[in-house]
Amino acid sequence: MVTKGQAVDACPFFQKKGLCQMEKAIKRYWPVFILPTLIAFAIGFVWPFIWGIYLSFCKFSTVSKVEFVGFSNYTKIFIDDSFSHAFWFTALFTVVSTLTINILAFLVALLLTRGIKGTNIFRTVFFMPNLIGGIVLGYIWQILLDGLLSNWGKPLLALDARAGFFGLLILMSWQQIGYMMIIYIAGLQNVSPDLIEAAEIDGATPWQVLRKVKIPMVMPSITICTFLTLTNSFKLFDQNLSLTGGDPAKQSQMLALNIYDTFYGRSGAQWKGIGQAKAVVFFILVVVIALIQLRATKSKEVQA
Amino acid sequence: MNRAQVLSRRKAVINTIVTVVLGIISVFYIYPIFMILMNSLKQESAISTNTAFELPSAATFAGLSNYVYGVTQMDFLSSFLYSLLITISSVVLIILCCSMAAWYISRVNSPLSKGMYYLCVFSMVVPFQMVMFTLAKTADTLKLNNPFNICIIYLGFGAGLAVFMFTGFMKSMPIEIEEAAMIDGCSPLKMFFSVVMPITKPTTISTAILETMWVWNDYLLPTLVLDIKKYRTIPMDIQYFRGSYGSVQMAPMMACIMITIVPVIIMYLTCQKYIIEGVVAGAVKG
Repeated sequence: MVTKGQAVDACPFFQKKGLCQMEKAIKRYWPVFILPTLIAFAIGFVWPFIWGIYLSFCKFSTVSKVEFVGFSNYTKIFIDDSFSHAFWFTALFTVVSTLTINILAFLVALLLTRGIKGTNIFRTVFFMPNLIGGIVLGYIWQILLDGLLSNWGKPLLALDARAGFFGLLILMSWQQIGYMMIIYIAGLQNVSPDLIEAAEIDGATPWQVLRKVKIPMVMPSITICTFLTLTNSFKLFDQNLSLTGGDPAKQSQMLALNIYDTFYGRSGAQWKGIGQAKAVVFFILVVVIALIQLRATKSKEVQA
Repeated sequence: MNRAQVLSRRKAVINTIVTVVLGIISVFYIYPIFMILMNSLKQESAISTNTAFELPSAATFAGLSNYVYGVTQMDFLSSFLYSLLITISSVVLIILCCSMAAWYISRVNSPLSKGMYYLCVFSMVVPFQMVMFTLAKTADTLKLNNPFNICIIYLGFGAGLAVFMFTGFMKSMPIEIEEAAMIDGCSPLKMFFSVVMPITKPTTISTAILETMWVWNDYLLPTLVLDIKKYRTIPMDIQYFRGSYGSVQMAPMMACIMITIVPVIIMYLTCQKYIIEGVVAGAVKG
């Protein structure tokens, strides 16, 4: 007989006897349940990650000729100013696109929760670009924007980094507004109608209802959407590659494309190590941004 | 008129304005695709950036010749089949393995399950550029560099999101059902497939949709892992077609973009309810 005290020791999760046996039984089956994912995870993520950190301290052109060089790759990151340029381009783009996408998506979500006719059709249309891959989207917009620019007698996307910036902004807004809108609609639909009615009875104007009731209540959605748009914009690669390709002269290159270009676009034994060092810096930046953002918006969430 | 009538009339006016505004925005959403369709029906010689907005005229109409040319030149059919193979095998593998792993994680309290969970959450933040070079080398060494085995790489890289979503759901599942099955003498494997799997169906659909959208459209991972001369997925094909020739033939290229988009849009229209629910579920868990 297993007494309750023993069961607690053996199974911290489940203190009831039947469940304790269940936990033990599942535990015995670990090679079936968790091993396949664990192996694939080790191959596809853990090992490349650790190896990548090691290689950032090495000089290598192939993996068979690796020479440890300490921090010298990190000091060479700024050997040309392409990385710092890419960083400022990416930072500016991330801030502008996060604001644009979230504000517009929230406005569209407000319009679509008024219960007008055709809501479903509009929602379907606005979400559609998310089904199309980044490479294809980039080419579609390249054709469209180049057509516009040449009709206006302006230089094409590949010749003007400023046009490239706004092109990327238009493209990303076009794609992401629909996605974020879906999340905001779900958030707005969860705001209790009683709460809004109570505010209206107290004489709140529609603007006050929005500011004081709706926005605080959808704060969890805002947290998620800003997190998604921030990381999507900061890590943007496919759309950057296909819309501008970094032209002219790497002026519209974002960080992910700059790292890719350092790895595969340059000849010379030192570049792969520098590229890997850039990737480590990039990774740290992403983690820092994600943590700051989650902390900042989480603190504004309210309990219903 | 009394006050209520004024209010309801004002509401009707505002709703009409809103509908018109949304209609105008919809035009911005549909027009780019419409433009590609128009240009894909023009002759190559009639395409330039200046005339991109003109409809094909009798003189410039090319019929379906661009489509025929594009499909044969790009070897589109084989790319389509490779994309299909990779997406289906990866998503099935991810769903099966990760739901099992997530059940283990949510029902067994051990360092292994805790460590696995935190690693999965961590892996979702790591940008692909961090591991791209070493991952491609690892795939080469282990002979995972073909469309038949690449699903193992996708399982490794897609596990984070899937394990996270399944664990989130399973932790909130009432445990009494499993307890009852246990008392009836059900083995863990049988319990998983006949009790747990049916309950997690909504999460399975959501996760499958998010992973499908990712794998189907993924460009960089297959480009680095697969041998581009032998195997190409659709995004690789479009980029290869565009990037490798000096002068790109724009008309067939636009035809190929159309062929790439149309199946996706058809799939979207038929199961958009699940897709939109999947996105919401993914966001709530995230």
